[in-house]
Amino acid sequence: MTRIAGRKPILRWAMNLAVLALGLLWALPVLGLLVTSFRTSDEVAASGWWQAAFPTRQTLVQRIKGADAQRQEGQVFVIEGDLVNPERGDRVTAWGFSSRSRDILAPGASARLGNGGLITIDAAGHYRLEKDTAFTDNRGPYVFVTITAPPMFTLDNYRAVLSSVRPGADAPGASVARAFFDTLSITIPATVLPLAIATMAAYALAWMRFRGRLLLFAAMVGLMAVPVQMALIPLLEMHARIGIGKSYLALWLAHTGLSLPFAIYILRGQMAGLSPQLVENARVDGASEVQVFTRIVLPLIWPGVAAFGVLQFLWTWNDLLLARVFLIDPAGPADVLTNRLVGLMGARGDDWETLAAATMVSIALPLAIWFGLRPVVTRGMLLARGKQR
Amino acid sequence: MNPAFQGLLVIAIAFGGCIGYFALSNLVLDKVLFAPRGANAQRNLARADSLRPWLFLLPALAMGALYLAYPLFETLRLSLTEQVAGGAYFWAGADNYQQMLGEDAFWQALKNSLLWALIVPAMATLLGLIAAELTAHSRWGTAARTLILAPTVISLVAAAVAWKLVYEVGPIDQQQIGLLNAVVTALGGTPRDWLAMPGWNNLALMAVLIWAQTGLAMLLVSPALGAVPRGYVETAILDGASPVQIFLRIKAPLVTRATFLAWTALTLVAVKSFDIVFALSGGRPQDQVLTTYIYERLFDTGDLGLGSAAAMVLMLLVLPLVLWNVTRARREMERDRG
Repeated sequence: MTRIAGRKPILRWAMNLAVLALGLLWALPVLGLLVTSFRTSDEVAASGWWQAAFPTRQTLVQRIKGADAQRQEGQVFVIEGDLVNPERGDRVTAWGFSSRSRDILAPGASARLGNGGLITIDAAGHYRLEKDTAFTDNRGPYVFVTITAPPMFTLDNYRAVLSSVRPGADAPGASVARAFFDTLSITIPATVLPLAIATMAAYALAWMRFRGRLLLFAAMVGLMAVPVQMALIPLLEMHARIGIGKSYLALWLAHTGLSLPFAIYILRGQMAGLSPQLVENARVDGASEVQVFTRIVLPLIWPGVAAFGVLQFLWTWNDLLLARVFLIDPAGPADVLTNRLVGLMGARGDDWETLAAATMVSIALPLAIWFGLRPVVTRGMLLARGKQR
Repeated sequence: MNPAFQGLLVIAIAFGGCIGYFALSNLVLDKVLFAPRGANAQRNLARADSLRPWLFLLPALAMGALYLAYPLFETLRLSLTEQVAGGAYFWAGADNYQQMLGEDAFWQALKNSLLWALIVPAMATLLGLIAAELTAHSRWGTAARTLILAPTVISLVAAAVAWKLVYEVGPIDQQQIGLLNAVVTALGGTPRDWLAMPGWNNLALMAVLIWAQTGLAMLLVSPALGAVPRGYVETAILDGASPVQIFLRIKAPLVTRATFLAWTALTLVAVKSFDIVFALSGGRPQDQVLTTYIYERLFDTGDLGLGSAAAMVLMLLVLPLVLWNVTRARREMERDRG
């Protein structure tokens, strides 16, 4: 390829651009959430996230102050006020009195109201309402103003999502912070437990001779691909019978049991890749099986263990189904991030800024692991070949 | 008790338990049961060694029997029984299966699952091959790979949220905040609710999984592409072949094995995927796949027999891949031993 590239620089540039486009295309959906999570709700409704760096055009419906705000200037009665936030740099571009005629008047223009008053709205959103006689209605009329607002980047969405820690609270991001820690409490034991059990079994399958070894290995590989749907009700009933019901323990055990075949398969492959002489020599030198396992094999396959551990952590972090079946009780406080997102999606479909912030919180740790430990995660993915529940 | 504390306790118990079990059971075997002493010293050594593998395997076997083997039989039993009020079961024979086969919802779910199994792996593998070939020769290859693989590590629910924003549709006269509809509007089309549009709904949902899994396909075929001998490529260049020809005629045929492996892995992922439809469809019948159908029957309508029968169908669908995995693994094991 270097020869082609050397001969045809145009081709090389076309290729580079195609690669760049491909990478960006893949980043777009998440980039959209990231940008949206920093915008205000008005901005999100007014323009697409790719326009976040530009002023937005928003239509506001505001009420003019009532009679109690009036003051007398000589012969005329006056009510004054502001419709927008002038310090933020909002500019009125048009205004009107109904949604249909919301932009018929230019800033600085005046119009006669139904009650006989004359209203003027300037570009800064300041209005002045004048009348010869006193205003009587305490509730002023509505005006529609179209404004351009400069881009505002805010952390409020994250504050909303992370602050309300009360379980079941009805605040926008209710208990996302709690779900974060619940998820963490699930993933760590659900990663450590299968690793501890699987390394022992993998060693026996890789380096010990016994009858039934091949059969056992084949059965295990077969179980690896069995859909998790087969296990839901039987395990739920079993958990109910032994008294752990829906609980953290139930979910830890389910994650452990269901991930064992994969863990054993991957770790056995790692161990079988070691040199046979290494193990045989140690045995000849008088090392017991326990010593061979703990002193020689385990330290050597440590990278494989780490790779699988990171992957198992990601799987349990990203799991929705098992958490819903074995842990989450609608009446109880326990929740996980994925389920929290499903809840937010259903209940607050239009609340994009909150949903985006909650999603960013939920993927922050996996993305940090990915960008921080890329070689380890890649190794794990290659070992596991795309297993997913 | 605080779950975090509970978790630490479980880790401590599990770790301590494993190490304790491991050390103690081996100790008992060597020093008590078959101590290499007296007249039978030699025989005892051999006996201890024949039992030891099972000590290593016991925790995994126990967990595997309870969490993997037992549910298979229990689900089969449930699919053949009917539950009556009070928790009792009676034998129902094929009733559940008959009832299931008479449901439109089941056929819709089965049809959609087959569509997922066909389209998702095909598209993801194709895009993965293209991405692997392009990124291998580009200055920005590593960065692009990192970005293409990033969706693989995030949850499918988060991916669903990201794509819901892409598909978002607003009133016709307003600015579209969904990327797809903004592009469509800019090109002169009318914005649509892609997730609810017949014919497009399935594709819109599948796109999420394709997006999430392309990186994995890329990762799986990359080593094979890199292993194509340079000589082949250089000869073709000298013969005047274009890069596209080189890719299609020389490289693609040489990486069929790796492509096939990626394809089968992704087929399993596609058939078993649950989160995307569950999160995005809002229960629309025309979106349902087998996994969500099973979930609905088991946990929403509480029909354990019917749900279990559908789970057996799902099992049947993946069975060829299970068996293929087993034969491949046996070969692998025999190779290791030889």
